[in-house]
Amino acid sequence: MDEARVIPLHGDDQPPRRRGSGRRPAAVPNAEASIHSLSAAEPVRPPAGDVPGWERRVADGLAFLRRRIAGDYAVDDFGFDADLTENVVIPLFKPLYDRWFRVEVNGIDNVPSDGGALLVANHAGGLWALDAAMTAVAVHEEHPAGRHLRMLGADLVFGTPGVGALARKTGATLACNPDAERLLAAGELVGVWPEGFKGIGKPYRDRYRLQRFGRGGFVHAALKSGVPIVPVSVVGSEEIHPVLANAKTLARILDLPYFPITPTFPWLGPLGLVPLPSKWYIQFGEPIPTAGLGQDHADDPVVLFELTDRVRETIQSTLNRLLVQRRSVWR
Amino acid sequence: MSSVVLITGVSRHLGARLAEQLADDPAIDRVIGIDATAPRKADLERLGRTEFVRADIRNPLIAKVIAQAQVDTVVHAAALDATTGSLGGVGARVSPKDHDVVGTMQLLAACQKSDTVSRVVVKSTTAVYGSGPGDPAVFTEDMHATGHAPCGYAKGAVEVEGYVRGFMRRRPDITVTILRYASLIGPTIESPLTRYLAMPLVPTSIGFDPRLQLLHEADAVEVLRHAAVAEHPGVFNVAADGVVLLSQAVRRAGRLRLPVPAPAISFVGGLVRNSGVVEFSAEQASFLNYGRVVDTARLREGFGYLPRFSTQQALASYLDALPGLRGLPGLPGLGAGALRAVESLAGRLARVV
Repeated sequence: MDEARVIPLHGDDQPPRRRGSGRRPAAVPNAEASIHSLSAAEPVRPPAGDVPGWERRVADGLAFLRRRIAGDYAVDDFGFDADLTENVVIPLFKPLYDRWFRVEVNGIDNVPSDGGALLVANHAGGLWALDAAMTAVAVHEEHPAGRHLRMLGADLVFGTPGVGALARKTGATLACNPDAERLLAAGELVGVWPEGFKGIGKPYRDRYRLQRFGRGGFVHAALKSGVPIVPVSVVGSEEIHPVLANAKTLARILDLPYFPITPTFPWLGPLGLVPLPSKWYIQFGEPIPTAGLGQDHADDPVVLFELTDRVRETIQSTLNRLLVQRRSVWR
Repeated sequence: MSSVVLITGVSRHLGARLAEQLADDPAIDRVIGIDATAPRKADLERLGRTEFVRADIRNPLIAKVIAQAQVDTVVHAAALDATTGSLGGVGARVSPKDHDVVGTMQLLAACQKSDTVSRVVVKSTTAVYGSGPGDPAVFTEDMHATGHAPCGYAKGAVEVEGYVRGFMRRRPDITVTILRYASLIGPTIESPLTRYLAMPLVPTSIGFDPRLQLLHEADAVEVLRHAAVAEHPGVFNVAADGVVLLSQAVRRAGRLRLPVPAPAISFVGGLVRNSGVVEFSAEQASFLNYGRVVDTARLREGFGYLPRFSTQQALASYLDALPGLRGLPGLPGLGAGALRAVESLAGRLARVV
């Protein structure tokens, strides 16, 4: 619990730091804390080199199958099924994360090890919210505490058969203030993509140009809960499905916010859903503390817009920096 | 202080259990139960000193009963009854509007005229929040149904609560408690949900897996009793802790799911309805898609009641009492057989390792 309060303060007082807990001044207690949280958070994961790998894996798989058939697992109020997410969904996305996009993560220690925090990221990808999925995998796989990112999605997601149920099971919920505040109050990591459909469906020529950040509803939720905001910048997601045009009439007929035309979609049918293998970088930025501002400011539009702009500027400038550093889209 | 309690719907599960509890309470002078049908034989002995009045609450006679007996506490347990009707809480095979809304109006009118009534408890349902893709994951008491006009049973519930609020404005001196119940379940209660889960093949809509929040019958009665014996003004969500997914509940029941395309579920439901097992309506189809979860902080802190059963325990308590399937021996065997196979494999592996 203490660490959650310590981390944003560090972020506030110190000059910006990159990565690696070794550079932390308080290396010893922090290392202890992270070892502790590692063992506490993942009792299922076998210690390396204990039992022969495949046997343990088969035993784990059978135990998982037994739990699934008997319905013997817990689901939280939002419908989050940690058992399914850890054992099926994340392992399914892992090859995509490791091999296809070769995601490189920076600044994962800017994400607090416990307590609530709001992760705000740019949104892109054309067809489906792969950037959200990759960010969630990054948080769970790279963070020492193995935390789950609770994503906030549009109501269209939850009304779509299959997608909606899967989204809830993997920890997503509706992007509305009551849900966000409830999750943050429970000390969860909440991920939000404030650009929404304007971001994900924007044409390729506007890549890495942040769209409008809504009315700052996410800042309101963070202020009200007094949790830090962690700006997240994702590079690589814009190139997976370059949106060449938006078939507006078709979108209206199908009652969708946009209908993307990419070089492969919808021409190649389901094959068009295969993303191009761009190289991804995910940068977790310095947390912006909100606890000092007080809950009274949650309704103050001046504070809201200032903070919204600050988060937006941080993400945009990080994107620009990462783009300059990037040698190629594909490598 | 003398205390006379009037309970509506005493021939049904909740009303009968509540009357039984209150009849055992020496602090209460008289317990009067009212219902349009006579109590079941099994209930008669358990009702103890409860006095029974056979009357429909839609009948103005109810005012006379209240005046003559000098009733001070009215528990409207018949409102939006849980034992007949829809899955998302409750409902009635007869037009719910007729029974619930007109009955509640008549009862409230009688209370309004009375000089003795000081406390009114109305059982409502969490169906008033509706369920849809655009709704927050967890409803608090201050939220309203959004985006979709309530229909059928939920509409009746919203109207009933509307009349109760009107009554509160006209008689601010009377303490009014509105209890919004989640789906009831338990070993003895018969509700649409218990009938639904008892089906050998449970029709669910493809691509959806609603979150179910349940309430054990014992907790349901206990909350009504608390509201009847002490002052608890306000609106309270009454539901157990935790959530089960429908798929999970079906697995635990050892049943099989029959996935049906969402638009067809009311059709399949219609076939099932004609067989007399369970009713489906458009509103239930939406409940079967999205489910509903409510916040119970106010019940714990304001009302001061901690449900004894969690959702998982309530489901388990129902499943323990569930008789095995008759007539279709092969079906539940599938799940149990697969489970046994996995367990024996795991056991063998454990010996090897």
